[in-house]
Amino acid sequence: MDDNNKPAPLRSRPTLRELAYFGAVSLVLLVSLAIAPAKNYFSDWRHYQKSYLKIAAERQSGTLVRSFHGGIRQTWIAKLGVVDRCESCHVNMNGALVGATAQPFRKHPPIPHEIDQFGCVTCHRGQGPATSVEEAHYTTEAWEQPLLPAKYLESGCGQCHLGPLEGAPKLSEGRSLLSSMGCVHCHNVAQPDGNQLTPGDNPPPLTHIAEKTSREWIYAWIKNPQAYAASATMPNFQLNDQDAADISAFLLAQSTPSPASKVEIKAAAAAVPTGADASTEATTLYGASFCSSCHAVQNEAGNLVGGNFGPELTRVGNKVNPDWLRRWLNNPAAYHPDTRMPHYRMDDKQVALLSSFLLAKKDNDLLANIHLAPSTADSVARGKKLVTETGCAACHQINGVNPPQNFAPDLTRVGSRALAQVVFAPGMRHNLPDYIAAKIHDPRSFGPGLKMPKFTLTDSQTDALATALLAQSDRAASYPKELIISGARPSNYHPGGDAGKLMDDFRCTSCHAINGNGGDMAPDLTWEGSAVQRAWLEDFLKNPNTLRPALIRRMPKFNLSPAEIKTLADYISVAYQGPGFDSQTLDTHTLNADSAARGKQLFYSKYGCQSCHIADYKNDKGYVGPALTSVGTRLTPVWTYKWLKDPNALRAGTLMPNFSLKDDEARDLTAFLMTLKAKQGGDK
Amino acid sequence: MKRQTLLLLSSLALLGGCRHSATQVPKPAAYGTQIVEVSGGKQLAQVGSPLPQPLVLQVNGVDGNPVTGALVTLRGEGMQLTPAQVLTDSSGQITVAAQLGYNPGDYQVTAETPKAGGGAASLSLREIALGYEQTVGKMVNDKYCIRCHDPESTPERVSNLDNLSPAPHQFTDGATLNRISDADLTNMIAHGGPALGKSPQMPAYGATLKPAEIKAMLSYIRTIADPPYQTPGVKYGK
Repeated sequence: MDDNNKPAPLRSRPTLRELAYFGAVSLVLLVSLAIAPAKNYFSDWRHYQKSYLKIAAERQSGTLVRSFHGGIRQTWIAKLGVVDRCESCHVNMNGALVGATAQPFRKHPPIPHEIDQFGCVTCHRGQGPATSVEEAHYTTEAWEQPLLPAKYLESGCGQCHLGPLEGAPKLSEGRSLLSSMGCVHCHNVAQPDGNQLTPGDNPPPLTHIAEKTSREWIYAWIKNPQAYAASATMPNFQLNDQDAADISAFLLAQSTPSPASKVEIKAAAAAVPTGADASTEATTLYGASFCSSCHAVQNEAGNLVGGNFGPELTRVGNKVNPDWLRRWLNNPAAYHPDTRMPHYRMDDKQVALLSSFLLAKKDNDLLANIHLAPSTADSVARGKKLVTETGCAACHQINGVNPPQNFAPDLTRVGSRALAQVVFAPGMRHNLPDYIAAKIHDPRSFGPGLKMPKFTLTDSQTDALATALLAQSDRAASYPKELIISGARPSNYHPGGDAGKLMDDFRCTSCHAINGNGGDMAPDLTWEGSAVQRAWLEDFLKNPNTLRPALIRRMPKFNLSPAEIKTLADYISVAYQGPGFDSQTLDTHTLNADSAARGKQLFYSKYGCQSCHIADYKNDKGYVGPALTSVGTRLTPVWTYKWLKDPNALRAGTLMPNFSLKDDEARDLTAFLMTLKAKQGGDK
Repeated sequence: MKRQTLLLLSSLALLGGCRHSATQVPKPAAYGTQIVEVSGGKQLAQVGSPLPQPLVLQVNGVDGNPVTGALVTLRGEGMQLTPAQVLTDSSGQITVAAQLGYNPGDYQVTAETPKAGGGAASLSLREIALGYEQTVGKMVNDKYCIRCHDPESTPERVSNLDNLSPAPHQFTDGATLNRISDADLTNMIAHGGPALGKSPQMPAYGATLKPAEIKAMLSYIRTIADPPYQTPGVKYGK
């Protein structure tokens, strides 16, 4: 063998240095290879699953341990865009492990939906696909929507349920505030089904304001509406003295005479009665007209007493011009065509009495220190500019100023607004719910130049509004149509003919709903013609009395003429008929004395009706339902029968329970009730 | 490495912050011997929501008179109490706003004030958080049940309780209602008083309320019971 052909010998042994390098590199490689399995091994969810199994084992629950499937658990609901891995840690959502009180092992409280059909993030937000506690719950660089604070949880319901929702009081309150506080005058809020929220307040037109009030009052009011009436919904625009003076100058300058100004009230100033008797008479008239059903007055203890449907009257004497008030009481619609206040048809004496009673409601100090410089052409011009910029015409009708278009940001998708688009106030936590709540609570804290005024809201109202706004999300807009449950839309039903004119004059639909249009302060009249007897209806229209022993509200007396009563009674008994109120449902010939006697037994013994109703003033005390002492004069037998069978079918939401009466029981009870007639000229 | 340094620094900063806030604890100017509730206990609110009324507590001295400037510390698991540490005002009282936590059920607020000779006087208040089910139950209660089962009257809603004999039980009456089983209560709501041999003045609501609403009502009754209702069965610790 030729040694020369041999290749250079390999170095038989690596140096120590090389070995060290090799070792280090291998170690780095090993470690880096181990990172992935180690991360997995030490992951949050594995830790929690282990502790869950440990607890289950401690309780010697073999079934729980055996039936447990470890690993990442994922709920995937494509149509909702849900990929949730929350149950990887929250392994006890169904409560199989009884009594676990610490998270993440708490049982999910009962809700009306199945979690595996809706997922978690649908209501709770957070990052569903994340597998660490940090990423799932909190804001990270890649994920802006942290877990929603519990107080806003109902916003989740509002993504699909677009109307008022029982079981979500906060959401429903927030939605109604968006409408009643007038937010939607300026902000557009459209729901996923295309429904636009509409204002539910009724801001007065300012086109004839010079007749109604003084410049000083306007000045004080726009500076701080709540100083005049704590319950006022008009927000505070934080105007400076000069701006308020100029705006008041402009508002008076643009005012034109209203049709009401031509009405002559004969018993004006001269005939204002005085003395203690007049005051008692006026108080009685205020009470009998049921002014307090809609208007509140602050009592001596500082509490508001009365409704909030109309403006508070505590200091109305500071506000209104006496002539204007008399004309208003004479016929409100002549000044404000869309007012919700009925035309009471008071005579001149009543107008004088009530107006002097109201004018006495004043605080002498309220306007005492307001001395405005006379208005000039400049101040009027500046006032007009301010009114235009401030957006007053978004709510109020003003001569020469058009309602602004797209005045405030659209809130249709505000619940998903990207944080990058949000300007936070200094010191605020950077998350959307806090931003929305802070913005509602004090808009100007985000900068003095902002236009949104400060509303007077309680903390719970602010939370409710934030809940309603958080429901306006991108997620909601992406849901399939079949999931969306729209709210009831008000109909545009309007009664026609002579009766329609009368009903418009009395603003019946301010309180009564008819065919889906109207208020909820008084009973729905859609089927009133089927419900009540004609003679009773005429009597009631002539002289309304309350049916419920403990009710403070009552229909006011409108001083109708006999011809008007006939017109209304004719219309109501013919037009407002429901289906199936005929002799096929109940043959009235079967209502005899025997039947009535059995009915009386059922009334008092089997069903205990007297616990809620009074059938006999001597013995019964029930305060909940209407008194039935003259129900045989009031209701028709067939309505009574159908009502007893299923009250909720005739008036949705009634308190009267459905007793599941058999046909003959309902017939016997009807027979008994029909024997309860009004005594002539006496108890009605 | 950088991350660790960051962690170290931030934890140091946090410690510093803690120490900083610790120096802000108001120093008691006086000491009381007893702490009493003025108002604010046993309120209801939805989960995560602020209680409708603040907690008002008073610190009294040996002579039973209110003490001004006593330090009161409040704790409540899962709750937010603002302020959590406060000195009593000139009338010896503190007013604290409270917000409930994420879970339905009972919350316990513990208020402590140090005594002059060491030790502390303390007081516990119970507050109740309503989850979805209890909220539905409360709505059912407020609509259908309250007129007869609650003695309180308002101008809008005059109580009917005094008109009834036998008088209905108030739902907070845990001493009575806790002893009635879920099944019996459900039957009474669904089928009326006579279903359990009781007064027919309690109507049957089975055809008016949905089963879920009856269940919610039951859950509400159990949640507001005083003394609190204990679920039957085995108890486990955490």
